[in-house]
Amino acid sequence: MQTASIEKTTCYHCGDDCLTPDFFVEEKQFCCFGCKSVFEVLSESKLCNYYSYNEHPGVNRAHNDKRFDYLKEPDIVNELIDYKDDNISIVTFYIPQIHCSSCLWLLEQLNKMNPAIHYGRVDFLKKQLNVRFNYHQLNLQQLVELLYNIGYEPVISLQDIIKKQNAPAKDNLVQKIAVAGFCFGNVMLLSFPEYFGISVYEQTFKHFFGWINILFALPVVFYSGWGYFTSAWQNLRIKVLNIDFPLALGIAVLFIRSVVEVAINNDPGFTDTLCGLVFFLLIGKFIQKKTYYHISFERDYRSFFPVAVNVITNDVEKPLPLSQLQTGQRIIIRHNEIIPADAILLKGNAMVDFSFVTGESIPVNKTWGEIIYAGGRQTGEAIELEVVKSVSQSYLTQLWNNEAFTRQKDGGGKTFNEKVSKYFSIVLLAIAFGSLLFWLPFNAGRGLAAFTAVLIVACPCALALSTPFTMAAALSVFDRNLFYLKNTRVVEHMAAINTIVMDKTGTITNGDNTNTELHGNFTAFQKQLIYSTCVNSIHPLSRMICDHLGEQKRLPVNSYIELAGRGIIASIGNHQLKIGNSSLVFGHDMESPHITAIYIEIDGSNPGYITIKHNYRNGMGNVAALNPVYDMYLLSGDQDHEKKDLLQFFKKPERLLFNQSPQGKLDFIQSLQEGGKKVMMIGDGLNDSGALKQSDLGIAVTDNVNNFSPGSDAIMDGRSFYKLPSFLRFSKDTVNIIHLSFAISLTYNLIGLSYAVSGRLSPLIAAILMPLSTVTIISFTTLATHFAAKKRNLL
Amino acid sequence: MSIIYFLIGCSVLLAVIFLAAFLWAQKSGQNDDLYTPSMRILLEDDVNEPINIISKDIETSAKK
Repeated sequence: MQTASIEKTTCYHCGDDCLTPDFFVEEKQFCCFGCKSVFEVLSESKLCNYYSYNEHPGVNRAHNDKRFDYLKEPDIVNELIDYKDDNISIVTFYIPQIHCSSCLWLLEQLNKMNPAIHYGRVDFLKKQLNVRFNYHQLNLQQLVELLYNIGYEPVISLQDIIKKQNAPAKDNLVQKIAVAGFCFGNVMLLSFPEYFGISVYEQTFKHFFGWINILFALPVVFYSGWGYFTSAWQNLRIKVLNIDFPLALGIAVLFIRSVVEVAINNDPGFTDTLCGLVFFLLIGKFIQKKTYYHISFERDYRSFFPVAVNVITNDVEKPLPLSQLQTGQRIIIRHNEIIPADAILLKGNAMVDFSFVTGESIPVNKTWGEIIYAGGRQTGEAIELEVVKSVSQSYLTQLWNNEAFTRQKDGGGKTFNEKVSKYFSIVLLAIAFGSLLFWLPFNAGRGLAAFTAVLIVACPCALALSTPFTMAAALSVFDRNLFYLKNTRVVEHMAAINTIVMDKTGTITNGDNTNTELHGNFTAFQKQLIYSTCVNSIHPLSRMICDHLGEQKRLPVNSYIELAGRGIIASIGNHQLKIGNSSLVFGHDMESPHITAIYIEIDGSNPGYITIKHNYRNGMGNVAALNPVYDMYLLSGDQDHEKKDLLQFFKKPERLLFNQSPQGKLDFIQSLQEGGKKVMMIGDGLNDSGALKQSDLGIAVTDNVNNFSPGSDAIMDGRSFYKLPSFLRFSKDTVNIIHLSFAISLTYNLIGLSYAVSGRLSPLIAAILMPLSTVTIISFTTLATHFAAKKRNLL
Repeated sequence: MSIIYFLIGCSVLLAVIFLAAFLWAQKSGQNDDLYTPSMRILLEDDVNEPINIISKDIETSAKK
């Protein structure tokens, strides 16, 4: 019977605890009206199988009231849909709630709920829903409302990065690999007779095999490998010798020499080496491309801001796309909506949550006539505002006009591969021409043979593969630890970091970050006195005390003085209260460094004190232990109330910076960089965007990777925050592995070169050396990365 | 041994057919989503009565 009692208390739809028995339908209990209505919608359409595949498949939707009027605007609709003809539209939604097979099932049954919908198709990993519908019978707004009603509200944003990011890659890499692999296989097969020796009677076959191999090499060179030529050429034009240059040279020489050998000398040529080379190189390229379908690293304020805002013109409310919003227009903002542009408050009681802009988590009360900065989220009643700055010129959003956002971020970190390949190319050319000149006086043919052989053998295949394979292995290790890197370059940037800057709210604290405790014996009346005093103050500590004491009856206060940085002196009735730090209450300092204590004096006696402990993210101590090796700074938009608590982590008071504006954060990072530091910024909100972008490595911390996170180089799940020191050490290990594998590939090159300079490179040696070095490098990097990860406890 | 020419012709032709099939599949988007179909196949086809997979699970686990 135990299961029954559990079922009674949890919501049938979402699985949350049911606090009231009010929402009850068909013997099923729901936690809120939202969940209940979803069930009703589904049972009406006979879609209750939704609940059969998973227990409590729904997502709680207790507090949501969204309006989708703006989806009537043709401008907005045209931006959102993928395809439209006379009757049908196709649209793709990003729905982060998709999480189980029930979601998949329900969303693909949409056509049963409304006949105007032809089909709905889910891409589970991308969390996308593709819907084809008849727009005469069902408009986009109704479709979105239908989705909302069944508990799957799509995220609608005009800057739809997710969609753009998931667009199929244009480089046809998979096709190129397929072609190269096909040719490689066939060429290998046809080369085997040559390896084992062809008898004198079968020399005609030799000729035949040679030509057919050349035929197979054609698509490999001119289709699969063509990218190396164009890349090498483009880099040469800007006077850069990158790794593609020796690769392209190697491919070209291999092909030309093979044709010559087959046509003139009736020798087998190097087509097997050529095809293998291109095939492995492309594989390296492929695995380096790691895509996280559901994560976006490029978000800016536009994906956080709404698509449209309601504008009042001549007392009529009309949705307007954000891009058309002009100064002087009156807008209306409802509960939980975001103020899209700097505006003056005209009507209503504004309680604005600026946590995204300033990092300050407590809503701020704004009065009539005050300017409210864009990015704040209104909580409470609807307010009316007049826009004073356009969306892109507002206090927060002008941050994106900073040059840090327009510049390509590649300075501050040429990868090891890029640094080495320049010298590699020069040395390679020197050796090749050296051997040519050495042989030329005696034997021109042998000189040419030596020249080409050097270019073939020293072709840096293993070198080109060492970085992608190591990095791909490293990325998957990070990935397992809920740390998502934008690309493989980030690992090398991370290894070079020597300074760490952190944001406070949301980054090193999370959600409910305080722990308030009463020490001593307080009577109910005393509690009421304390509450009545503290409720007048907007100081965060006072608010925490009020929260802790809970709703009490307020007593009228006769006199009230708040002393900044010390506390409150108040009188209520005939009682005198002092609430504050020890110097206020006792007249001398008796602070302990690790805890904030608030002392209380009522009518000359001390009933006790209140301690407030800040909870920082798990493992903050570990991270702080990086201190001597890395310079650590705190950069917060918040007030300095927690300075004392934070000092234990950051040691020096001058490393704690409070009251920083978004622009100020960016400037601070820049000043550190000008001092020659390699800066890692860890932040979470829009206000950190500038700093994240400016830094050498920006990490966004989030408690749910599907939620909004600002544009950054890496996204870290808050649960892995404590692993940061391991991540940093592992990134250094990874770079060491790349150096080692470079040494290994050089050894192979030297062995090959000793054959090549003499001009006696047989195709067989080339055909053995190339795959052997490749396999060595791949297995070495994979195993070494695995062991390094084990050593750092990341596996 | 001239049969070799014919046999190689056959093997290459066969390989080209496979390559073409792969390229076609890639181009028509069949490899774009490799995960969702594996979930879709586990879902029941149309049944009007709600099927009761979970409650059965609960019953059996309760019996244990």
